[in-house]
Amino acid sequence: MSATAVKPDAPRGQRSVPDSVPAIVTAVALLALWEGAVKVLEIPAFILPTPSSVAIRIVDDLATGVILPHLWTTFIEVAVGFVLAALLGVALGTMVALVRALEKTIYPIVLALQTVPKVAIAPLLIIWFGYGIHSKAVTAGLIAFFPIMVNVIVGLKTVDHRRVLLMQALRAGPVKTYLKVRLPSMLPYLFAGLEVGIIFSVIGAIVGEFVGSSVGLGTLIIQRQATVDVAGVFSVLAYLSIMGLVLSLIIKAFAHRLTFWARSQEIVSP
Amino acid sequence: MTATAGALAQVPVLAAGASAPAPVLIEFDRVAKVYKAADGRPVRAVDSVKGEIRAGEFVSILGPSGCGKSTLMMMLAGLLRPSEGEIRFKGKPVTGPQEGFGIVFQDAVLFPWRTVQDNVRLPGEVRGLPRDEQIERAQAMIRLVGLAGFESKFPHELSGGMQQRVAIARALSLGPSLLVMDEPFGALDAMTREQMNLELQRISLESGATVVFVTHSIAEAAFLSDRVFVMSGRPSTVRDIVTVDLPRPRAIQQMNTDRFGVYVARLRGLLDAEGGHS
Repeated sequence: MSATAVKPDAPRGQRSVPDSVPAIVTAVALLALWEGAVKVLEIPAFILPTPSSVAIRIVDDLATGVILPHLWTTFIEVAVGFVLAALLGVALGTMVALVRALEKTIYPIVLALQTVPKVAIAPLLIIWFGYGIHSKAVTAGLIAFFPIMVNVIVGLKTVDHRRVLLMQALRAGPVKTYLKVRLPSMLPYLFAGLEVGIIFSVIGAIVGEFVGSSVGLGTLIIQRQATVDVAGVFSVLAYLSIMGLVLSLIIKAFAHRLTFWARSQEIVSP
Repeated sequence: MTATAGALAQVPVLAAGASAPAPVLIEFDRVAKVYKAADGRPVRAVDSVKGEIRAGEFVSILGPSGCGKSTLMMMLAGLLRPSEGEIRFKGKPVTGPQEGFGIVFQDAVLFPWRTVQDNVRLPGEVRGLPRDEQIERAQAMIRLVGLAGFESKFPHELSGGMQQRVAIARALSLGPSLLVMDEPFGALDAMTREQMNLELQRISLESGATVVFVTHSIAEAAFLSDRVFVMSGRPSTVRDIVTVDLPRPRAIQQMNTDRFGVYVARLRGLLDAEGGHS
């Protein structure tokens, strides 16, 4: 810990160009290159459509409402799976981190199961949970669960022992110590896990739909692929990324509010 | 050794507590702590510590770094069990943290997600005091340590000295009869440290709490204490007890006087003699 205060983010006013500008300029340039290449090389649209035709398709999908039921279904699958993963990840992670007996018995099994590719379990889950959204939510949850649980465990195991000692000196019981020290200390780790988990949930839902379903963005990709509707597939991909982006921004916003202290706690000057 | 201690004690002064002896608050009864080292061999960190601390006294535990002072402190606080002997608080053996203890560690150990006020009211919260009372006590203690106006700041917005004041306020918030401080100012620069010593003297006089203060600074021990327990190196034991008979409140300028110098020289002599042995 240095004596000089190091501000993680530089003052806004000193920057003439916002952070995002170079990236946006580069993206626009790449899209222009793509558009130009497709036109100059006369690549057929069923192989690679132009960005402009994809853009038109994106607007069309929304305007006609074609995308909406699929978007909604996939969103529900992702959200339910993610919430399940978060609840289970926090609960099991907490128990494994705090109860030695569980760390010795349950945790090795969970670690071993982790080596099974969850994507490969999706067909089984459809047999067990049906063709509808349940099996997809379970697939999403299963994939998202592990990073969340691992982060909870690491977060709880790395709690500053002096804080725990202080609670002990105050004669606080294990529940109070958990609620007042361990849980808040662990939050930055939990949110790191949740940010990974939400993206994994999207993957899980799409894979579940690939394996078998009648509605959802993954289903729509398969349907459009069958008709070699490449621009249509790109449009679905765009909606998928937007959904993933919005969801992870929501998590980030929560993290920002609840762990504001974690970014600056290293700043100590006498 | 004891001869010199006696000579110093005879210097006629109006020392606090010199008239009627206050009741004994803490007794160290041949306290020892044996650790298992990494190779499995037992290591004696603290050995046969004997002594008494009276109510209202300010006692420093002075010793070289790594001499087991902190171990002794943790045992006094009830956070570690002695391997041999016992520590008695108001006549009863200390087997765990006690209700009337306030503890300040070397680092402030504040919770970064809590404001100053919420950090200070933590002990009341844990004990389950009514919310209004928690806040009332917290605000009084924040005023006592001179941080009024900083109630809603977060720890990272404070300097190291201010953070340590918050830790002291937190330790005092339930009106402890014993304040245990483990090198609380060790991480502060010299100027801040002097300032904090003055503040601590004022706070201890105002609160009337008994203070047991661990330090490796000779000047700090001499300035703050009624008595100084000088510790030897490992295994650590009380080498001698020096009574500092200087009137209170003491001013920083007193550190330049000959009488203060005599105490410093005597404490240094005891520590150096120890260094020569090991």
